[in-house]
Amino acid sequence: MKNFALIGNPNSGKTTLFNSLTGSTAHVGNWPGVTVEKKEGVYKKLQEQVNIVDLPGIYSLSPYTPEEVVSRDYILNEKPDCVINIVDATNLERNLYLTTQVLEIDVPVVVALNMSDVVRKNGDKLDTKMLSEKLGVPVVEISALKSENLDELMKEAFKASNNKRQGKSVIEDKDLSHLIKDVEIAFKGKGVENPLFHAVKLVELDEIETKMHEDLLPMVEEFKKTFKNETFGSDFEAVVADARYNYISKNYASAYQANKNDAENDSPRKITKSDKIDKVLTHRIWAIPLFIVIMFFIFHFTFSEDLFFMGAMGLSIEPTNGFNAFLIRTFTGDLSTPTSELEALGGIPSLGVWLQSWMGTLTGSIMDGVSSLFALGGDAVLESWYASLVVDGLLNGLDAVLSFIPQILLLFLFIAILEDSGYMARVAFILDRAFRKFGLSGKAFIPMLTGFGCSVPAIMATRTLEDEKEKNRTIRLMTCFSCGAKAPIWTMLAAVGVLAGFNGGLFVFIIYLAGISMAIVYALFMKLLSKDQYVSPFIMELPAYHMPQARNVLALLWEKLKHYVIKAATIIAASLLVIWFLSNFRWAFWQGLCDIHDSMLADIGRVLGYFFWPLGFSQNQQYGWMYSVATVTGLVAKEDVVATLASLFGMAEGASEAEVGSQLIGISAAGVWSFAFYNLFTFPCFAAISAAHGEQSRKQFWITMAWWFVMSYVAALVIYWVGTLYSVAWWGGLLVTLALVGVVVSAGIVVANRTKRLAQAN
Amino acid sequence: MLRTLDTLEKGETGLVKSVAGEGRIRRRLFDMGVTPGAIIYLRKKAPLGDPVEITIRGYELSLRKEEAKMVTVEVAE
Repeated sequence: MKNFALIGNPNSGKTTLFNSLTGSTAHVGNWPGVTVEKKEGVYKKLQEQVNIVDLPGIYSLSPYTPEEVVSRDYILNEKPDCVINIVDATNLERNLYLTTQVLEIDVPVVVALNMSDVVRKNGDKLDTKMLSEKLGVPVVEISALKSENLDELMKEAFKASNNKRQGKSVIEDKDLSHLIKDVEIAFKGKGVENPLFHAVKLVELDEIETKMHEDLLPMVEEFKKTFKNETFGSDFEAVVADARYNYISKNYASAYQANKNDAENDSPRKITKSDKIDKVLTHRIWAIPLFIVIMFFIFHFTFSEDLFFMGAMGLSIEPTNGFNAFLIRTFTGDLSTPTSELEALGGIPSLGVWLQSWMGTLTGSIMDGVSSLFALGGDAVLESWYASLVVDGLLNGLDAVLSFIPQILLLFLFIAILEDSGYMARVAFILDRAFRKFGLSGKAFIPMLTGFGCSVPAIMATRTLEDEKEKNRTIRLMTCFSCGAKAPIWTMLAAVGVLAGFNGGLFVFIIYLAGISMAIVYALFMKLLSKDQYVSPFIMELPAYHMPQARNVLALLWEKLKHYVIKAATIIAASLLVIWFLSNFRWAFWQGLCDIHDSMLADIGRVLGYFFWPLGFSQNQQYGWMYSVATVTGLVAKEDVVATLASLFGMAEGASEAEVGSQLIGISAAGVWSFAFYNLFTFPCFAAISAAHGEQSRKQFWITMAWWFVMSYVAALVIYWVGTLYSVAWWGGLLVTLALVGVVVSAGIVVANRTKRLAQAN
Repeated sequence: MLRTLDTLEKGETGLVKSVAGEGRIRRRLFDMGVTPGAIIYLRKKAPLGDPVEITIRGYELSLRKEEAKMVTVEVAE
């Protein structure tokens, strides 16, 4: 099967073209060794099937970003049969810059001139024939959005793929092309493939090229001595980039004929519809309030159990009478929900919560179905180890994981709409200034906010961060944002807190606030600890606003869904089995099922108790180990912390968080705080851990794991001993607190000064 | 008059004269079309004053003042 590679700028319509060409055959993977996405699919409308590889959206074949390196290596090493270069016709000048580089490689190229319908609509004209002649490759006008001329494009590409093509440079400067020619001959002499491409890159002193062909460097330097350029001297990177743009402006001017009747057309001051939208959304004063409102609605629709606060405002619908009861039952999706619980809910749940409860009902009935299948075999089967394995071990845990799917998809739907419409780039633009103070880019905001809902989509959303280091930092900060599944823990602990003598209501609030504060402190420390103070550049295109494409959004959701389900079926299921085995068997496991108190996990809990001893919550002789075990089962799903404690303390199934909390014993007030902090900051659930595993390189993933552990341990340690000191002598606690705050603040000042010094040094 | 790009006010236009700095940031600027001879129009500043949004080669680009400092432009009096 022939391989066609799709290459082009971000926002050039590449994704739309890829989705139209490949339909449902597309599948996503990662390029080996890097976290850059690899999309492949099959095009079936030619005489033979063609494999289409979607290369990452890039502006240049420079060696500086993983996307650029991946694309470059793919074309050079995998030698696709044809490269389809998609070019945004409404932005020819910058788009053709990449084209001039692709043309230097010895590979058949076809240029797809996208959005030609928009150009025509504006009354402008494209001289395709002239462009094709100048570039020396076929040029086809298409509209990826309206699927216009796609078959034509593929026919041209297929035709082109049957012939060999020699690389060609657009650099016209005499001295420069002479120099490149000489280096090219040297490459040819060495028998290197794509001599022209390598020659140009070596002349530019490209990082990768100079490493690969060190032997040719002295020769290049020798050639360069004879070269003189008035503007740039011997700065060849500038000389080459300038030559490319010169060539483009010269030829582009005649290929694109703007509508003559519209004199303002070419002026940068022209006001388009997109500009009008932008005026409001990035307004000097309104931009930030508007952004907060948009975020609020997204999260409200996804996670709120009381839509528009109707319940809180006393507008709840009476669940007992006729249609309203039907409505509520439909909305909660759970026909067995008792009336009292509905009343507790107050108003109508949001779409996300409603979908989640439907999903819960669905997975719940699957579980019920499976257990009743086992029940058919009588009590012996129902109490057997295999029934326990399937029901308690696998289904219970998967139920917790899978029931989040609707909310995750809904959140991704909103994020995809923001992304596709062009607003996301503006969010980064608005927030960058504030975030940079903490060594993060403005783009880190969305993943962090998502983290309050669920860490899994949040970690997956870090994919939008270009810089590897910022991405790793953002993932590490994720546990600071208390996810939805951790909320029951705080409710439970607040109830314990009442017994221990502090205000339970404030407790939950303080936990959320502490998480955010610690995120800021952690971010500052990561900045302090990092070897170089390099901040990734923020040189970003702000694409024109447009309507999000339903097809693109759906394709993205389908991808996320597949990704999530595959993870649930593999790594998460495996982890669930291990925990099940440990919590249901003695060390002499052949003796059959046992009570969790006698299980291996209980013993592990007792050993872990020593390990957690400095953190305070495991110090009680009789009960301490139970808290240690709960932190371990929290890895399956954070809700399991409460469930485990309930079962360990011998409570009936279905006990509410407050009931569980009021019966917990063997823990001091400081221990409660320490337990809370440990659970807040430590490893997220398996689903989130596997998401981090998918997003990070192996080394960075293990650093993340270590970070989560060390930071939660240290935070809990400090809070326990300071808290204990408070209960002995409040002034002692206060002194230590002030001292700690002082240390953190001075560390912050050190960071600020260091950054300033480095900035001045530059 | 020669000025660096970060000193441009909203609505001003300049002609790129040179790009300082080195390595990846400079290369990125070149790749995005910020090369000598290009015309830059400063569209707006972000609500917090930084980054800025410019129009160059027919599209919108945002960059921080820190990066804009490296670009010298000629502004008509």
